[in-house]
Amino acid sequence: MTLNATVSQKSPLPGRGIAERLACAVVQPVLSRVVRRIASRHSSLFARLGPHQSTDFLIDPIELPFALHLRPDPQDLVLRAVPRDAAPRAGATIRGRFMLLLELIDSEEDGDAAFFSRDLEVSGDTEAVVRLRNALDDVDGSIAEETAAMFGRPGRAILSRLRRSYIPS
Amino acid sequence: MSLAELICPAGTPAALRTAVDAGADAVYCGFQDATNARNFPGLNFTPAELAEAVAYAHARGTKVLLALNTYPPAGKVDLWRQAADTGARLGVDAFIVADMGVADYIARTHPGTRLHLSVQAAASSPEAIRYYCAHFGVKRVVLPRILTIPEIRQIRKEIPCEIETFIFGNHGLMVEGRCSLTNYLTGQSTNMDGVCSPASDVEYKRHEDGSMSSQLAGFTIDCFGADEKAGYPTICKGRYTAPHRPEGYYAFEEPISLNLSKLLPELIDAGVHAFKIEGRQRSKSYVRGVVTAFRKAVDDIRAGRPADMADLVALTEGQKQTQGAFETKKWR
Ligand code: SF4
Repeated sequence: MTLNATVSQKSPLPGRGIAERLACAVVQPVLSRVVRRIASRHSSLFARLGPHQSTDFLIDPIELPFALHLRPDPQDLVLRAVPRDAAPRAGATIRGRFMLLLELIDSEEDGDAAFFSRDLEVSGDTEAVVRLRNALDDVDGSIAEETAAMFGRPGRAILSRLRRSYIPS
Repeated sequence: MSLAELICPAGTPAALRTAVDAGADAVYCGFQDATNARNFPGLNFTPAELAEAVAYAHARGTKVLLALNTYPPAGKVDLWRQAADTGARLGVDAFIVADMGVADYIARTHPGTRLHLSVQAAASSPEAIRYYCAHFGVKRVVLPRILTIPEIRQIRKEIPCEIETFIFGNHGLMVEGRCSLTNYLTGQSTNMDGVCSPASDVEYKRHEDGSMSSQLAGFTIDCFGADEKAGYPTICKGRYTAPHRPEGYYAFEEPISLNLSKLLPELIDAGVHAFKIEGRQRSKSYVRGVVTAFRKAVDDIRAGRPADMADLVALTEGQKQTQGAFETKKWR
């Protein structure tokens, strides 16, 4: 699959904006918990971000009803779900399938290979993306599993279902 | 020293541990500055991280090689000297050097520490290699990727040091150690600043038709169609138009990676001591996949079995691979 075949540039369906905003509201408490937890357990990753701790990243999982806005500033950490039509002006955007992005965070997939295959698309400040990639790559263990474990058995079950449904292209 | 040592890349401490655990005989890495040719943002080691990495590797019988393989500009040599002093203090097993001044400093200040001659020195003749051995005590040369196996076999007979060859990874070879393409466009030098196509000068643009262009310092390097595989934004792999080629063509070389997995027995037979995997800028996932595959292949060959090699094409640039000049000088 190529990303370009999948990314839709069409105007939203009627009512879609409401659904997206609802989805954002539902996941936001979870995201806030997740990002605080990751930041406290893996504080060393901030050093590799250097000046891009204050960069606004837009992480866009193409099949989800919302994108994620990340500002990895240890003093004022932001990870929030945003409807695409209300996304902030991002310094850098990273776009791909949700499970691919998750596998990249956990270094189960190689970012350069995903870029070569065109499954991963980046735009904006390339240095910011490279720093974020290298910072996450230096994290031992699985951020996805840590996150799933925060939600006990249901969390782990959802993660393993997602992984089963993910077929690398 | 074992035959056919596997020399593996590490851009972060986690990648180093991954390489060690996957069976690397030695791991090479660099500091977070211009002293090495992968001076990329967010990559590489602080001295404290290197100290921990050396301890981790040595506890598992793996060596650590420190890349000091760039060329100090006039008046800035102290950075390289300090890096060498720090590396020696932390107990690295060898320095990979390109510059004669750096080699000379280490040979005098840290006698007894192994020196490996980087591919960046572009030493491809017995005469050049012997010079480095005689004057700086170089123990191993990393050969440029421009030689055939018969040529390597012949060089081996004429030099007093070990040979290391690349077996997998990026294939931007030009005249190694002397490429000024990035310098020409960005003002930053691959050879002195340690970075080719600095990320701060790279921009990707997606177009309405699904194509994507890559730009360096505002110059378009390539434009990939919606279903085309992409490559690194390096000038040597760019596609350019010219009056006689208005459709655009790879003026230097196409996005492709080296993969010599099928030539390993011949390389061992030709007297190659060590095999290098390129890719300090790559992820742990790459390191794990490539090191595991080559560890198994080398072990198979040592045991007299045919090498059962995993398919690594998904990890290659442009998702294409070549045996380059190792197979034939006409590879392009
Ligand atoms: S432009 Fe190509 S040949 Fe030159 S340093 Fe960069 S990767 Fe190497």
